[in-house]
Amino acid sequence: MIGIEHYVVVSAILFVLGVLGIFLNRKNVIVILMAIELILLAVNINLVAFSAFLGDMTGQVFAMFVLTVAAGEAAIGLAILVIYFRGRGTIAVDDVNRMKG
Amino acid sequence: MIQTLAFYLFAFLVIASGVFTIMARNPVHSVLWLILAFFNAAGLMVMVGAEFIAALLVIVYVGAVAVLFLFVVMMLDIDFAELRAGFVKNFPLGIAIALVLLAELVLGIGAYRAGAIELGVPNGSAAPLMDRSNIESLGAVLYGEYLFLFETAGLILLVAMVGAIVLTHRERPEGARGHQNIGKQIGRRPEDATEMKRPEVGKGVEL
Repeated sequence: MIGIEHYVVVSAILFVLGVLGIFLNRKNVIVILMAIELILLAVNINLVAFSAFLGDMTGQVFAMFVLTVAAGEAAIGLAILVIYFRGRGTIAVDDVNRMKG
Repeated sequence: MIQTLAFYLFAFLVIASGVFTIMARNPVHSVLWLILAFFNAAGLMVMVGAEFIAALLVIVYVGAVAVLFLFVVMMLDIDFAELRAGFVKNFPLGIAIALVLLAELVLGIGAYRAGAIELGVPNGSAAPLMDRSNIESLGAVLYGEYLFLFETAGLILLVAMVGAIVLTHRERPEGARGHQNIGKQIGRRPEDATEMKRPEVGKGVEL
């Protein structure tokens, strides 16, 4: 049987890849959203691995909730992206300063 | 032995496809690599005995989220070369932060292996049911202890759906193709729209 450390290492590497993806593709909001999906996938692997190794179903229930939130976030994020593209004709987000926030 | 082999195969593929997701020049390729990452993560979850989450990952992520991404990437007419302009400039900072983060995470795992960190112990309220499948145990916990959270998850999905529709809906001007007059639609009665005919046997209906 594979130890839990192996799963945690895989999910840690995947998490770091997601963070790196946000930094590398600062302009392209589609790839930023995909990097966020990678981060949530890493969290899910972690939750499921701990759930299995500790013998407690709570981790898998929470993985389902993470999945729900990820699906909603992707839908809303892409909807905002579509209306942003309609208004400006580009999706470069490094100069989103219309609201001067 | 075969388990170890399968684990390393899935782990290698999920990390490799994660790398290609963030490095690919074309976002369409990024989405396809992301789909591969989801499939391999599902494989990892099957290996620890969480079949339902694995199936959900394939159905929800690959079937809905990734296809939504693909749809948006292909629908919008975007100059992707221009968007990659800052890639090389951001690379050193990104790598530095990623390495620091990875070092911290690996440090935590090292501390656990050295015995400095104890894993939490479950209180037994959500233990898997004996000689029942994973999905039965999950259902017992989800519809028992976490029923209200489950309902809230449904509410979140409803709000996300309504939000996405409200954000992207465009009202067409009067007279244009696709214009919708909701009052007129609702005011339509069956008597105005349909007509009852009672033709004689062997005769056709004159319209």
